[in-house]
Amino acid sequence: MIDDDPLFVAGRQFRSRLLVGTGKYKDFSEMAVAIKASGAQIVTVAIRRINLTDPTKPMLVDYISPKDYIFLPNTAGCFTVDDAVRTLRLAREIGGWNLVKLEVLGDQKSLYPNMIETLKAAEILIEDEFQVMVYCTDDPVFAKKLENLGCCAIMPLGAPIGSGLGIQNYMNIRLIVEQAKVPVLIDAGVGTASDATIAMELGCDGVLMNTAIAQAKNPIVMANAMRLSVEAGRLAYLGGRIPKKFYTNPSSPVTGLISE
Amino acid sequence: MLVTINGKIHNFKTSLSLEALLKEFGIDHSKVAIERNLEIVPKSTYDQIIINDGDKLEIVYFIGGGALS
Repeated sequence: MIDDDPLFVAGRQFRSRLLVGTGKYKDFSEMAVAIKASGAQIVTVAIRRINLTDPTKPMLVDYISPKDYIFLPNTAGCFTVDDAVRTLRLAREIGGWNLVKLEVLGDQKSLYPNMIETLKAAEILIEDEFQVMVYCTDDPVFAKKLENLGCCAIMPLGAPIGSGLGIQNYMNIRLIVEQAKVPVLIDAGVGTASDATIAMELGCDGVLMNTAIAQAKNPIVMANAMRLSVEAGRLAYLGGRIPKKFYTNPSSPVTGLISE
Repeated sequence: MLVTINGKIHNFKTSLSLEALLKEFGIDHSKVAIERNLEIVPKSTYDQIIINDGDKLEIVYFIGGGALS
């Protein structure tokens, strides 16, 4: 990664533009190695009831430490404002995290976000001094509303969560990127490395993924691929691609040919 | 004394603090957060808060999770 191109989120600075989830791995050991290989500095974590019958069994925090990574508590699985707000207040009490990822889902089948409820929850959380990175649809109008409320990062889906379909909405993502004054991160939909590159080439500030790494045949190799692909996409964006044209433009001089 | 913890009813013979409750279950208090009757309990008060009959507690911790519920 180029050294003078950090990602800024809520006043914090990060080298890596790849954020990763901690779910769906075969086991905690594999997760820890894959996350290290990804180079990610921010990892999302979920909040659930502790198992009272066996509270001594291994925990996530025994394998990845909040000292080494920024834990980003999320509200995965929450379908109401109340559940999402309660969940993040509990997360804050575990370890004092104010930087959180909000998602309020609206549909079981697609896990598509419910934007009306997301807006309500974001407002309550921001009032309560949370810094809210928000999972949202790719609608530029809703994205702007969330930004105006004070969300510190806008995270539209590229495709449904866990679908691996890649970026399905170039135009909407580009519209959101162009209007946003806070970071825009693709959250959900990435299937393979080129998808992450495309997201970055569109001008996104980062990519968040979980399933594409955790459920790959070899998550550690895939984590490496994702790290490189996010870097490649960012560099291509900064490098500035050539315009697309309908006709050829030779790369060798057209004078001095022996047939002249 | 009946107390609902994480949706299940538990019976305790004597009243006890949240700190003592966590100890009884063998839970490291640095890794959890507790909600009592829908209100977050600050960690610093676990030894002062005594649970009452009919209390509803949620004890939560971090698990692996990300873009998927």
